[in-house]
Amino acid sequence: MTETLTRRPVDTPPPPRQPTKRRRRAVAEEPGKPWMIHVPLVLYLLFTLIPFYWMLVFAVRPAGSTQLVPWPISFEHFDTVWNDIGFGIFFYNSVVMGLGVLVFVTILSVMGGYALARFKFRGQRVFLLAMLCSQFIPGAMMLIPLFVIFKGLGLLNSLTGLIIAEVAFQLPLSLILMSGFIRNISVELEEAAMVDGCSRLRAFFAVVLPQLKPALVAVGSFAFIGAWNQFLFALMFATRQDKFTLPVGLSYTLGEFNTDFGALAAGGVVAAVPVVLVFAVVQRFLVQGLSAGAVKG
Amino acid sequence: MRTRTWAPYALIAPTLVLMAIFLVYPIGSVVYYSLQRYNVTQPWKNGFAGLDNFKQMLFDDPLFWQSLAFSAKWVFVEVGLQLLLGLVLALIVNETFIGRGMARALVFSPWAVSGVLTTGIWILLLNPSTGIFQELSELGIGSPGTSVLGNPDTVFDALVVTELWRGVPFFAILLLADLQSIPKDLYEAASVDGASRWRRFTSVTLPHLKDAIILSTLLRAVWEFNNVDLIYTLTGGGPANQTTTLPLYVARQAVDSHNFGYGSALTVAGLLILLFFSIAYLRVSKFGSRA
Repeated sequence: MTETLTRRPVDTPPPPRQPTKRRRRAVAEEPGKPWMIHVPLVLYLLFTLIPFYWMLVFAVRPAGSTQLVPWPISFEHFDTVWNDIGFGIFFYNSVVMGLGVLVFVTILSVMGGYALARFKFRGQRVFLLAMLCSQFIPGAMMLIPLFVIFKGLGLLNSLTGLIIAEVAFQLPLSLILMSGFIRNISVELEEAAMVDGCSRLRAFFAVVLPQLKPALVAVGSFAFIGAWNQFLFALMFATRQDKFTLPVGLSYTLGEFNTDFGALAAGGVVAAVPVVLVFAVVQRFLVQGLSAGAVKG
Repeated sequence: MRTRTWAPYALIAPTLVLMAIFLVYPIGSVVYYSLQRYNVTQPWKNGFAGLDNFKQMLFDDPLFWQSLAFSAKWVFVEVGLQLLLGLVLALIVNETFIGRGMARALVFSPWAVSGVLTTGIWILLLNPSTGIFQELSELGIGSPGTSVLGNPDTVFDALVVTELWRGVPFFAILLLADLQSIPKDLYEAASVDGASRWRRFTSVTLPHLKDAIILSTLLRAVWEFNNVDLIYTLTGGGPANQTTTLPLYVARQAVDSHNFGYGSALTVAGLLILLFFSIAYLRVSKFGSRA
């Protein structure tokens, strides 16, 4: 390609005005014909948003109504699910689990990621390989041995147990991502700080951590969303209703023979709003962080 | 930077402990259980079974083969369609237009939604009495009372579309991230050379995306193979086990029948199949070598 680039002016010496013309055409061509973007985009937006809208409509219109644009808005279904079905408790459990997993995954992945990025140690390759291989070990297929372990450790029906298991399954990928982020931070500044008499720990807090903010946001929100959405572990290891998380609670509103659509929709809104908000805020970081080469570790 | 060699080990120690308890030990025990008769509801029969579980699975259990075949079909269709639509979506939201940030946030948002919630949302949308087909039939499109989830002819399509809703953003996000790392001057050089849009896509964009595509399809294939949440809650594997995947079959052995020995044998088979196909896929696709 470079070859043709350098040869072109020799082949066809351009008249004086042509370069600007050419350039303008190239720039105007870049966005493509508007309909090529807008038609598929609008179609895809409809596919994405109609289901969300359907849920909202069912959640805020009174039972028996079939209006597609509900007015006046009624909160009776929210009252039902929050107070009668127990979504207040499920919501609390989900928040505890989401935040617990967020904290532990973030801290442990920074620790491990730093070790991978900044040290050379025996067994490093084996450790990295084990982390990668763990991605092929599905939590869903491990239900049976995990159940036995949970029973043995007395972790059934405990949020702590759920948090620990979820952290174990999320940690490998987060740790690999985090080590990629840390590797992208220049090591010179850190070394300079250490030459100036900082301990490694102080150098880390003064130099590395401030630059790691986008990574912490990305990994932390990944962890929160993953934990918030965890279903099978919660279904299997929490059998008491006061330990249910939102997905488990929601699955029981589905399981009713005659589904109460209003309650299902209101419960769905309760489960959706926190993650969709978190996601809307962090999705920019997500794309930027991944494109920074972090995904290649 | 080798000053204190114990430091890295101290840093990875908690991770190692967690992995040992929740990943390594379970794999060991699942292999062990697979050679046992181990049923929580019939403890008096428990004991060493040799390869009986595997014999039963291979020669005496049509549901094993049926669920395996459905798993293969499910993974192939889902990953293929998600990749295709995700790539198109990534290319669209990579263009410059007004409201792009908003459009990205909206089309990516189903990624954050759990399988159970996806089921809830689509049951509201697809149910025959108050769903979208009812509304459409009132407008004169289609027939009232269409139950796509209860009908054996349409249940697969309904399941596929539902999972696409949640799955396409994954590919779109990963591929968009990789699209943005393509140096702009490559496109400018190609434009100056007179390459058409399509030509620039096939000779600049696709080769650059190759590794991201291989890795994301592999991760997604493993993930879709193991995707239990959505199918478990949307169809429960039915009607008549028609949509039962292998992991769903395992989960039902564990949750419903408490037949841990046989369920473990199914798990071992699933793990071996995943391992084999992952290695084969990376070999055949020549991951890491630039085209």
